[in-house]
Amino acid sequence: MDYTDNSLDQSRATILLMGLRRSGKSSICKVVFHNVQPLDTLYLESTTKPTTENFQSLIDLAVVELPGQLNLFEPSLYDSEKLFSSIGALVYVIDSQDEYLSALQNLAVIIKYAVSIKPKIHIEVLIHKIDGLSEDFRLDTQRDIMQRVGDDLLDYGLEGVQISFYLTSIFDHSIYEAFSRIVQKLIYELPALENLLDLLMQYSSFDKVFLFDINSKIYVATDSSPVDIQTYEVCAEFIDVTIDLDGLYETKGGKGMRPTRCVSKLQNGVTLYLYQMIRGLALVGVSRLDDGEDATSMSVIDYNVAIFKRSLEKMWEKSKNLEQGNL
Amino acid sequence: MTLNLWDCGGQDIFMENFLTNDESKGSSTSSNIFRKCEVLIHVFDVEGKEVQKDIETFKRVLANLRKYSPNVKIFILIHKMDLIQVNKRQELFDLMFNKLRSIALDEYGFNIKGFATSIWDESLYKAWSSIVCSLIPNISLYEQYLSKLNGILNAREIILFEKTTFLVISSTNEAVVNSKDLDPKRFEKISNIIKTYKQSVNKIRTNFSNLILHGKNSSIYLEVLTSNIYIMIILDEDAGNEVAIDYELDDENLVLEDIKIARELFERIETKGRLPSEVT
Repeated sequence: MDYTDNSLDQSRATILLMGLRRSGKSSICKVVFHNVQPLDTLYLESTTKPTTENFQSLIDLAVVELPGQLNLFEPSLYDSEKLFSSIGALVYVIDSQDEYLSALQNLAVIIKYAVSIKPKIHIEVLIHKIDGLSEDFRLDTQRDIMQRVGDDLLDYGLEGVQISFYLTSIFDHSIYEAFSRIVQKLIYELPALENLLDLLMQYSSFDKVFLFDINSKIYVATDSSPVDIQTYEVCAEFIDVTIDLDGLYETKGGKGMRPTRCVSKLQNGVTLYLYQMIRGLALVGVSRLDDGEDATSMSVIDYNVAIFKRSLEKMWEKSKNLEQGNL
Repeated sequence: MTLNLWDCGGQDIFMENFLTNDESKGSSTSSNIFRKCEVLIHVFDVEGKEVQKDIETFKRVLANLRKYSPNVKIFILIHKMDLIQVNKRQELFDLMFNKLRSIALDEYGFNIKGFATSIWDESLYKAWSSIVCSLIPNISLYEQYLSKLNGILNAREIILFEKTTFLVISSTNEAVVNSKDLDPKRFEKISNIIKTYKQSVNKIRTNFSNLILHGKNSSIYLEVLTSNIYIMIILDEDAGNEVAIDYELDDENLVLEDIKIARELFERIETKGRLPSEVT
């Protein structure tokens, strides 16, 4: 039962992924964290054992996936009490293309149990596979599911539980967006980070800044202005362009000391800006520069971003020291 | 340059129409189709069931071409390669292409070029790039000036791309010192990457105008060169350890200034290259 041993480590934020069988849990894992093409997940084997996977981002993240056919309260298979007490977020996946009534019943039971063990747990519900539903039907489905879950919880006497709902599909960026929000809730330093990004934006003429995890394209933080999904997509794909182009001209045994930096001007006056940060992160910003003062504002941005990077390093060191002090 | 692309329907009834009409009537589609052809691109389905029939059709096309436009350039695409196992692709391609080449050369006196392609990877860009390159006038002039530019910039590599399709027009490929270290498929891959980028930027209803990347070991500059051409310059970063973190703005500006100067030159080649064809 090594996964429970892992999750004892409090420094690691753990996400528990649950849902009925064939709801798409493994596909989500593969697409988001392993860069698997969405079409290739059609032929995935069914997961039979609880699996744990670790990912390093700004924080060490673990994703525990429970097979859907497992009976939650079968005590011989795993220690559910220990497991639930160690996780930070519970992600429940509902297949929106299937009959979801039994999934909702299952969900209500799980929520009741989880809250009884850990009252402060984040509960996230992914209304998944919405790529097969038409636009109007999506919102109807979401409303219906939210209503039913609310009713079920009322029956159990749990009105106060906070649940977030997301409409997701692995064939577009909605799954990344949802996971970004979920992971962000587990980052202890998030308010400070957002504050830093706000400051950075204020002083360097950015319209929008994201702090991305390069591998998974999850953003661990963004400024406080609302996220527009198209801007997010362009920024995420901009990372791909940068990494792919750079990879083509990589020399073996190169020094590779400099952080990667990429600037691209668009014809409508927008500039995309990428700067590599620590621990596989990258800052991606969208900026509207006036034509006349291109060079100066770019230097200002560079200078500010370098300062931001230094603060990020400091923050990371502090939180690491804090953890070690705790142990 | 304007490309007139004739995408000919492949159903039997159309094919018969293209190929046989000439015997019955004087003014027929067959001579319309095959007259003044510059390039023939013949696509073979690698999974095609009726290989014999495909070859038969190919032969008849060649016969028509020899009659109406003997100076045509012929390209063969062995297509849908993604359906074949990776380790068998080369073998299968060689088998099919050698057969077709011997037919074309022995029976009709045509030299043909062949490519293994698939729409699911970058192989299609490679094929189309060499097809389009074969049509561009003054291609040697571009190469000549490109190597001159390289003499000034001392770049690792310079590549020219056509603007809308992002096909490679010309490059300093031969001049690259240690080109063996580099990915031989890099041109197609760049075409593919940049095209994907263009589509992604299209989502916010615009196009990109340039891109400057300071990567791990090299700096990449992608800029508009003329109204039809993009230029990509890859510079080695030997000075990287001296200016470890801070970027030298002047350095970047120097390259951009060089591109600006080169722009006038290449614009002249482009318009000059077009003038004679407009007169005739």
